[in-house]
Amino acid sequence: MAVAIIGAGQTKFGTRKDVNMPELAWEAIKQAMQTANVEQKDIDFMVVGNAGMWSSEAAVPALMYEYGKFENVGSMRVEAACATGNAAIRVGYTAIESGEADVVLILGVEKMQESPNPTVIELIGRFGSYFWEFENLGLTFPGYYAIHATAYMAKYGATEEDFAKVAVKNHHYGAKNPYAQFQREIKLEQALNAPYVAWPFKLFDCSPITDGSAAVILASEEKVKEWGIEEKIWIHSQGVGTGTANLSRRESFTSLKSASYAAEVAYKKAGIDIDAPYKYIDGADVHDCFTAAEVIAYEDLRFAKRGEGVQLVREEQTYIGGRIPVNVDGGLKAKGHPIGATGVSQAVEAWKQLLSKAENGRQVDVKNGRYLAHNVGGTGHYSYVTIYGLEKPR
Amino acid sequence: MEDLRKAAETNIKEYGFPVAIDEKSGALQWVDMRELHLKYIISIENIQEFFEGLRDGKLLATKCKKCGELFFPPQKDCPTCMDSDMEWFELKKEGVLETLTVIFVRPPSFSAYEPYTVAIAKLDDGVRITAWLRGDPQKVRPGQRVKIEIAKRKEGYLMYEIVPVEG
Ligand SMILES: [Zn+2]
Repeated sequence: MAVAIIGAGQTKFGTRKDVNMPELAWEAIKQAMQTANVEQKDIDFMVVGNAGMWSSEAAVPALMYEYGKFENVGSMRVEAACATGNAAIRVGYTAIESGEADVVLILGVEKMQESPNPTVIELIGRFGSYFWEFENLGLTFPGYYAIHATAYMAKYGATEEDFAKVAVKNHHYGAKNPYAQFQREIKLEQALNAPYVAWPFKLFDCSPITDGSAAVILASEEKVKEWGIEEKIWIHSQGVGTGTANLSRRESFTSLKSASYAAEVAYKKAGIDIDAPYKYIDGADVHDCFTAAEVIAYEDLRFAKRGEGVQLVREEQTYIGGRIPVNVDGGLKAKGHPIGATGVSQAVEAWKQLLSKAENGRQVDVKNGRYLAHNVGGTGHYSYVTIYGLEKPR
Repeated sequence: MEDLRKAAETNIKEYGFPVAIDEKSGALQWVDMRELHLKYIISIENIQEFFEGLRDGKLLATKCKKCGELFFPPQKDCPTCMDSDMEWFELKKEGVLETLTVIFVRPPSFSAYEPYTVAIAKLDDGVRITAWLRGDPQKVRPGQRVKIEIAKRKEGYLMYEIVPVEG
């Protein structure tokens, strides 16, 4: 049973002290339900992606059941670190694909700023192997990715300036996205002169601590037909991979094995040539929690050969008009990274791009009718690659 | 957070509730009165030899008696053989530096330390190890020889460190 996204909504990302958890979630849910033209009674399953810990409410699905007056609906909360949002989509997608559900509400929500920054740094450092990496070594989250960044620099000659260019690009597009946390361009020098967070990463190499929510309505092919829904995109395929908890148990630090595996699975299922996938898709949202992560993603997704991802940055091949536009919503870097909402927000972006609803200056050319989302939890601890398309999958 | 708490305490008297205005947005916030302190109690029952080894100056891994696979960090079970018949194996404490980072923004629980270097080395025995790197991170490069030394942390207990080998 093919699965479509028939509605999408997203809040402004950033500091959202003006709303509490259910109010923030409802902003996205309401938009998603209105664009899908569905009511509460139409929804038979609700999946909430919420990593939590830093926010006060734990039982978010029940909270939203109550706040949004849902009825006769199954629900659950899903967690896969920073890939939580895509894990939520996974659950809804497979529920419909298997015939268990017809219409599913996917909500991704995170209110990270309910805790002070030092507490968030403390909690997010635990998205690895706690005992052997954090308890005694204090390996922070930026540190996990920095381990990869320095390995990449040593092997392929990338520089801190190369990484900074990724931030410049993503801020360039974030400036054009009214939902982004940072709606301002940055200069290369500004990024290069910022203080270090975890060498080689400086402030502008890192995604921020963000509040936000995003929601999509998934529906079965049957429902789409029954309701005569015209405005929709389809989930063409999804690949999911897992990595070791300990970074020291990995063979390579210049790629994320779980992500390249997830990509391969997703490409094969969608009938995309894994040697030149960029020829089949119009753009991609990749998980740029840190600048170097975006460069490594280019290679894991085979937009470039191993060691040549940095070349795409230097040649500006991931701007609109290049080989493949990447993160033209600002990415996690400028749009913001509310952990549980990020993956769902990527689906919202695929929806906007494929239906040509993106804001001025950040709409890609829709030629192939396909968009890719790459969502990584932890440092490749969980990887999701999802391919969305305008045409119903074969 | 301290400022918010103080404002909330004042506001309980003046306003009637533990509230404070968020400085940046001007939005009214309720300052949670319930504080949560987390400290976990983690079992090391099945790897206690590892810690005894550190006390004797040894770095120990577990080795499956059946298939010979080495496990570091040490683990109780061999998933390949579905067996838990392990022996302790003393690693040679020498290897090659693979990658590193310097943690500048530290978690509050590490605030007593200056920026510290975390590195990963591949030991000659075949396993990798993550540990603090002793010395100037600017003077090392991936591929260079390192050794593992056991030293005392500031808190007074033993921990292994990666130390560059001269020359
Ligand atoms: Zn074995």
